Amino acid sequence: MPVNDIVIRIAGESGEGIVTIGEVFVRIAAFSGLEVYTFRTFPAEILGGHVIFQARIADRPVLSQGDNINVLVSLNQEGYDAHVSELEAGGVVIYDDAVVTPRGSDRHQLYPVPVSQIANRLNFPRGSNLVMLGAMVQLMGLPIERAEQVVRRRLGRYAELLPKNLEALTAGYHYTQERFPSRPPTHLVPPEQIAEEKLVLTGYQAIALGALAAGCRFFAGYPITPATDLMEFMANELPKAGGTVVQAEDEIAAINMVIGASFAGLPSMTATSGPGLSLMIEAIGLASMAEIPVVVVDVQRAGPATGMPTKTAQGDLYMAFYAGADEAPRFVIAPSSVEDCFYQTINAFNMAELYQMPAIILSDQALAPRVETCTFFDLENIRLWKRHLAELKPGQPFERYKITHSGVSPITIPGTPGGQYVAEGLEHDEQGHPDYSPEMHRLMTKKRWNKVNAARHHVFGLENAVEEWGDQDAAIGILGWGSALGPVKEAMVRAQAAGYRVAALFPKILFPMPDVRIRRFIRGRRILIIPELNSLGQFARVIEHRYTRQLVQDSIRVISLNKYEGLPFRPVEIFEEIKRVSELLTRRTWPR
Amino acid sequence: MAVITLDHPVPIKDLKSDVKPIWCPGCGDYGVMHAVLKAISELQLDPAHVVIASGIGCSGRFPAFVKTYGFHGVHGRALPLATGVKIANPDLTVLAVSGDGDGLSIGAGHLPHAARRNVDITYLVLDNEVYGLTKGQPSPTSSWGMKTKASPYGTVERPLNPVAMMLACGTTFVARGFSARPQELAEIIKQGILHPGFAFIEIISPCVTFLDTYAFYKQHVVSIPETHDRTDRMAALALAFDTEQIHLGIFYQDPDSRPHHAALDEIRQKFSGGYSFKSLLERFRR
Repeated sequence: MPVNDIVIRIAGESGEGIVTIGEVFVRIAAFSGLEVYTFRTFPAEILGGHVIFQARIADRPVLSQGDNINVLVSLNQEGYDAHVSELEAGGVVIYDDAVVTPRGSDRHQLYPVPVSQIANRLNFPRGSNLVMLGAMVQLMGLPIERAEQVVRRRLGRYAELLPKNLEALTAGYHYTQERFPSRPPTHLVPPEQIAEEKLVLTGYQAIALGALAAGCRFFAGYPITPATDLMEFMANELPKAGGTVVQAEDEIAAINMVIGASFAGLPSMTATSGPGLSLMIEAIGLASMAEIPVVVVDVQRAGPATGMPTKTAQGDLYMAFYAGADEAPRFVIAPSSVEDCFYQTINAFNMAELYQMPAIILSDQALAPRVETCTFFDLENIRLWKRHLAELKPGQPFERYKITHSGVSPITIPGTPGGQYVAEGLEHDEQGHPDYSPEMHRLMTKKRWNKVNAARHHVFGLENAVEEWGDQDAAIGILGWGSALGPVKEAMVRAQAAGYRVAALFPKILFPMPDVRIRRFIRGRRILIIPELNSLGQFARVIEHRYTRQLVQDSIRVISLNKYEGLPFRPVEIFEEIKRVSELLTRRTWPR
Repeated sequence: MAVITLDHPVPIKDLKSDVKPIWCPGCGDYGVMHAVLKAISELQLDPAHVVIASGIGCSGRFPAFVKTYGFHGVHGRALPLATGVKIANPDLTVLAVSGDGDGLSIGAGHLPHAARRNVDITYLVLDNEVYGLTKGQPSPTSSWGMKTKASPYGTVERPLNPVAMMLACGTTFVARGFSARPQELAEIIKQGILHPGFAFIEIISPCVTFLDTYAFYKQHVVSIPETHDRTDRMAALALAFDTEQIHLGIFYQDPDSRPHHAALDEIRQKFSGGYSFKSLLERFRR
């Protein structure tokens, strides 16, 4: 029976209710000093349909949504029937016994709570969710004082309902306290003292905060699941910082507005998902050609066309790397946790601004809305890189696209006397005048790529550009990107305990690729496992292509571990692969 | 609406860049460029505080020939580009330049929204009723039955009426000019720049190479009579739908126009008490 590392799933019918109970419950846990990690999936429709909210809660940092469910909270029969098969033997079911009949579940421990009846008795039929929340708090071992505090904070905007909500909460708490004198064996034990400073927030909030910290003052976007939350957060916060949010008429307008605002001097950003990114590709090419800094967040979702808007994937890597007419250099950055979202967004702005280029951040549907506890952001050590402004010399023409060693040409901002130039989407000379000559196209193409190379040398001095851990001398290496990091880390802890040796490396800045670090990591390995949520193994193909010679010379085999079900990796899936490959290695002689 | 002005006009010749226009001799766009420069000069605008955004087509080359700031973007996106510029720095005078292909075909989706926002941009649509840069295909304003290489049996689409369309979108300033009447055109452009909001100006700018309409327009254009009440949108629509004559001048201007950036300012002023990133972060502290 797990204590202090539990996975709780709330299943029911209506949209908002489930998510509200879930979001409030994890915050009660977090504010009680525990670590949280949420996972939610829901139909694109706002109400109706089947919704789940799942949280893993533990007394140590949580890196994935876990493998099994330990506690199932069912608010209707469908929520019970659809999920009970995933509940572990001996797991806990908390349910409304007025509407749910737990058929044939002698494998589970049952905690019936007549939530609608209690709510009706309080003359507050809408409060049944709060009654359930109170019951969950009591049964799971969380303090009622914290619960009241969080409910006040989260639901305080409905001031007239607050006393009723608190009454419903405590009624649920007291009911279970009396009816079930002892707690379920599966429960939580919050620490006595909360020592460390922590933040509780979602992935999109961390990106938005990173953008604000990096000086972003203009945001334009178009609603698209699952990136809309980011726009809404910015709409609330950016005006307070003197900035502006525009809901554009489409993604094409959004990215072009962002380019215009950046040209006029403001660090600027847009956020979208795969279908929107595909609409923005032409203009990302323009930002690359005209050398205008922009940051584009892609919250990846599953499937081409409309696909599965509420399901996750890592399938936009090729698009982020390569899409567009001819060759348009850009940066691609993939944060791997909520905390990392903050720092990588600052990296994206820094790189875009300094090198005057588009930077694409690859988040995903599992990472963006997820609530995690993370270490309080280290604001003291944030360094912002700005675009280099030109020093104008009277009588000399301003060379906006001057060819320099690094490829970076000093820029002017409209309003600067004597700095007039045309940001040009046509091939151009150093002054920005259209020029189609063979030598100019060669020189300018090289100049634009030189910036990528300069950035490659520059950013890999950054401590957070890659994350490397594990057994340095292991024959098996896991190379991955983005939000696959958490499940990999957990799987490796288990693998180590089981006696398997593995090393891992996750680059956060994917374009330019951190060649030195990757070559060093690959050296001496026999197998590279590359786990990603797409069917082609896009990152694996990039790695194979880029490091062919080393992989062939050293007989290193690349194994793609692909999952394309719209769901994130579970640690057990990574662990099983480590186990399989380790056993292969011991049984067979691999060609050297 | 011009904000930053000089105490003297910059002469027109000093507003021209050293890039030689690529337009064909006789192209209407020369007349438009002259009118724009005349307007900038006479309004005593500081060229360092003027931005001209353009898309693709013969009109797209416009910024390269002028000594203001410029942005030559991708096809059809002059308006969102210009919108971003104006929001980022409302002190700039922002013009957007398109043709009938850039503005009324690929970029037409942005028109109602620029009108809806009433973003303070002067939008010049250089209408020659044909695709010039790609050598003579029909455009959204080509007349019914026009034969081109891409419509060898004649077009089967009816032409748009850009002025009527923009009046219907609620645009706060709608006008039409003619490149062969640069004095009148410069006056219209000046009024458009001074208008605090979205100013839409359709400019008849004939293509001498693929569709020379000079003779036709010289015969059919007529200035809007002084008796026209330009605050009357319905009267403006009646002029726009006139099938006998093609009217030139300001069809409609909303005297109470309030630009987009003023509304944005009002929202920001609610939070003028100082901004602190650290206190925002505190909201997420456990």
